[in-house]
Amino acid sequence: MNDLIVQSINSIVFSMLLFIMAAGLSLIFGHMNFINLAHGSFYVLGGYIGYTMISKIGSYWMALIIVPILVGLVGATIEFLFLRRLYGKHRHLEQVLFTMGLALITADIIRSNWGTYVVTMQTPLLLDGSISILDSQFPLYRLAVIGIGLTIAVALWILMQRTRLGIILRAGVFDRNLVSESGINIQAIFTGIFGLGSALAALAGVIGAPLHSLYPGLQFEILVLTLAVVIVGGLGSLQGAFFGSLLIGIADTFGKALLPEISLFLIFALMAIVLLVKPRGLFGAQSN
Amino acid sequence: MVERLDTMYQRLLSRKILVAVIIVVLAVAAPYLANTYTISLLIEVLIFSIFAMSLNLLVGYTGLPSFGHAAFFGLGAYIIAYISGVNDLTLSFTNNILLTLPIVIIGTGIIALIVGSLALRTDGIYFLMITLAFAQMLFSVAMRWSAVTGGSDGLIGIPRPEIDLGVWKYSFESRTAFYYFVVTTFVAIYFGLHNIIHSPFGLALKGIKSNQMRMQALGYKTLHYKIGVFVLAGVIAGIAGMLLAQFYWHASPENLYWTMSGQALIMVILGGVGTLIGPVIGATLMRLLPNITSTYTNNWQSYMGIMLIVFVLCAPNGIMGILLKKLKNNR
Repeated sequence: MNDLIVQSINSIVFSMLLFIMAAGLSLIFGHMNFINLAHGSFYVLGGYIGYTMISKIGSYWMALIIVPILVGLVGATIEFLFLRRLYGKHRHLEQVLFTMGLALITADIIRSNWGTYVVTMQTPLLLDGSISILDSQFPLYRLAVIGIGLTIAVALWILMQRTRLGIILRAGVFDRNLVSESGINIQAIFTGIFGLGSALAALAGVIGAPLHSLYPGLQFEILVLTLAVVIVGGLGSLQGAFFGSLLIGIADTFGKALLPEISLFLIFALMAIVLLVKPRGLFGAQSN
Repeated sequence: MVERLDTMYQRLLSRKILVAVIIVVLAVAAPYLANTYTISLLIEVLIFSIFAMSLNLLVGYTGLPSFGHAAFFGLGAYIIAYISGVNDLTLSFTNNILLTLPIVIIGTGIIALIVGSLALRTDGIYFLMITLAFAQMLFSVAMRWSAVTGGSDGLIGIPRPEIDLGVWKYSFESRTAFYYFVVTTFVAIYFGLHNIIHSPFGLALKGIKSNQMRMQALGYKTLHYKIGVFVLAGVIAGIAGMLLAQFYWHASPENLYWTMSGQALIMVILGGVGTLIGPVIGATLMRLLPNITSTYTNNWQSYMGIMLIVFVLCAPNGIMGILLKKLKNNR
């Protein structure tokens, strides 16, 4: 029984991490119609830069703020220089190849800077303790991750539903031309979205590094899970990213505990079932 | 005017025949002209050409952006490993190509049918992501389920094929014999695809690529066509995977990895989408360039990444695209 509670809370923690990733990816896809296979690389980059920063300046909280801003700026710069040449309805393959190129280069940069060893980040001192929930000891840090995930969910929801920028963004999903003809600089907005998406991925990286270590190849594992979330949830939908993350996070955590060898296959089965019922995901617009 | 065109066509045709004759002679004579290293490279290039041609059926002819084609490549390798491999984990059931080839075809075909019927409920970017996800999941199973798949080492001890008719037996164990086996397979698949592409089925695929709605309005069951081509592409990729495993005596989880799907996509796009010969050119370049550059750098990933980025920005239509454009301008 205790085990079940621990696993349940762990699965929610992991779901929140996935949500921060998926929200970024879904934002980029839903609003820019751009597929970004380097999203996992931004996560890992965030984790490694955060790791170095913490060992240099010693403050987890500084890293938590500075790293996403840094990686967000990198993302925005890449969008500004290259990605805007690749927008268009039938150019997904070019986008895939380009961002795959980015992911490969990032993998080499990481290898030459941080080596190929497993890197583990210290839990921040403030949250190093644990509390007991129903007789099980539970690390404070994990609970804090749930808090951060929920905070980001609410913040993004307010951004999308309650601000002028959110209205423009939502309008852009339906008719991009109309938005740009209303005198809104859609290019600048795209740069901003890509920056925000990259920053979210890096944030997830800094948050996730103390939970799961950093190692080569992690970017593709996390990318596949994030893709699964947005497929299940529906591209471009914030609710989709949230509930998709919960579904995939729970399936992954329990799958790994019960059937470690084929846990990823369970996720594929889950994806298959959702797609059978709803080909565009649980919360995706059902016709294109 | 008509006469001029006619002679031009004649000349072009005779030149084509000449080129074909030269290629055939070179292909047959290669083992006697080139060293073993070159022959190995040639075998690799041919196998990857088959793999890239199969992906081109989806990407180039039908407009289905699959990013998980390595799944079938790897499946072909693992299936042949199970039935013919001499290993603690495998069955070592038979190595007779008359039996193993049909098993590989049926095995990859059935899985392609299941995955295709699911993935093709979606299209565009969803299709791309679900094929990627499927291949990565197969990869993770191959890596983690060591008791069955040999884990990160993969499965070893796969022999090169043999033909066994009971009264007559021939083994392709030597490099030269296997080279001829691969060349024959390549030629058969090349001309098979040539015929399929120009058949009503192939034309329907092109129709689906350019306007699916219209094809549906004309009464075509486009989903059936798409599942059909997905299975065909999966089977051919499986055959390529089988050949690679037999060539290296080894099925590796790397055959399933997303960089393998990515490489195949690059071969297709580098050579030129939607032309039969394009992927062959792309595969040749992709296999030859690393051999040249690896003497200068060991940062293979960066090299490939930079090549991808430059390529997407500078020549999105591929080498055949550049050539075709030149041809048009000359006319």
